[in-house]
Amino acid sequence: MAVNGAVTWLRRAEEIDGYDLSASDSEEVHVLAVDDSLVDRKVIERLLKITSCKVTAVDSGRRALQFLGLDEEKEANGFDGLKVDLIITDYCMPGMTGYELLKKVKESSAFREIPVVIMSSENVIARIDRCLEEGAEDFIVKPVKLSDVKRIIDYMTTDFREGEERRRGINKRKLRD
Amino acid sequence: MDRNRLQHQVACMRRSLFDQGYLDEPFIQLEELQDDANPNFVQEIVTLFYSDSARLIQNIEHALNSRPIDFDKLDDYMHQFKGSSSSIGAKKVTNECTVFREYCSAENAEGCIRSFQQVKQEYAILRRKLEVYLQMVRQAAVSRTA
Repeated sequence: MAVNGAVTWLRRAEEIDGYDLSASDSEEVHVLAVDDSLVDRKVIERLLKITSCKVTAVDSGRRALQFLGLDEEKEANGFDGLKVDLIITDYCMPGMTGYELLKKVKESSAFREIPVVIMSSENVIARIDRCLEEGAEDFIVKPVKLSDVKRIIDYMTTDFREGEERRRGINKRKLRD
Repeated sequence: MDRNRLQHQVACMRRSLFDQGYLDEPFIQLEELQDDANPNFVQEIVTLFYSDSARLIQNIEHALNSRPIDFDKLDDYMHQFKGSSSSIGAKKVTNECTVFREYCSAENAEGCIRSFQQVKQEYAILRRKLEVYLQMVRQAAVSRTA
């Protein structure tokens, strides 16, 4: 894709409500962070940026699905060039819970491979088990610490790097110029 | 005022905020997330916390004044308030929120009303102390060494 095309596309994306895109670099891990709490969203965004991730922070499961292009009621708005490498979501959210978002992601053939991490202020074993059974990669108890984020990103990056090596030449990412 | 003196005052106030249990570990993390590229991170988060709290306090007031009281809604609001106060390390506020939620799950209106007064009080105290503290931090940052 031409550089100009990519810039125009990014600018259009920044105008859309509820989305918050940081600078792009196709080598960075791109994390989709989902939390209805404004305070927590700002904190997780900073934690992820400090860990050298690209972050898209949204305030609901619904917006997360829209970003991925999975929301049936709205058409996919051409975001599929910006691959999501990890979803980190709060559990307790109005409308769609993090658990319901997890299920929708894992039910989707296009996105089920994306690791999903759940965050919750409540350390309930049954809840943790349910999430892990549904395919969550990890479960973090809030308040989230930098060490939690580092641990997950380190694990993802190792996995990610190995995965990319396997996929090289077969499935290059669109933003790579 | 002399920079060293100001920095000393800042350090003392900071220490007492932790020693007296107003602030906890997560606040330290916020401070660690601040750097030259993000020099106002702590203030930004604290400001968000204030506006979020104002909204939630208003919602809780309204819910407590409604008849019949919707305890589920009350618990939901308080869960949010507890969440954000815990995220910034507002220890005393978070503890009062926990007490409130206990009364809430017992559907004890009296208890809720009483403990909500405590929540508001702790929040007001913390807010005052944080405003003074962060103001001092700013002053120390722009001051010169004598």
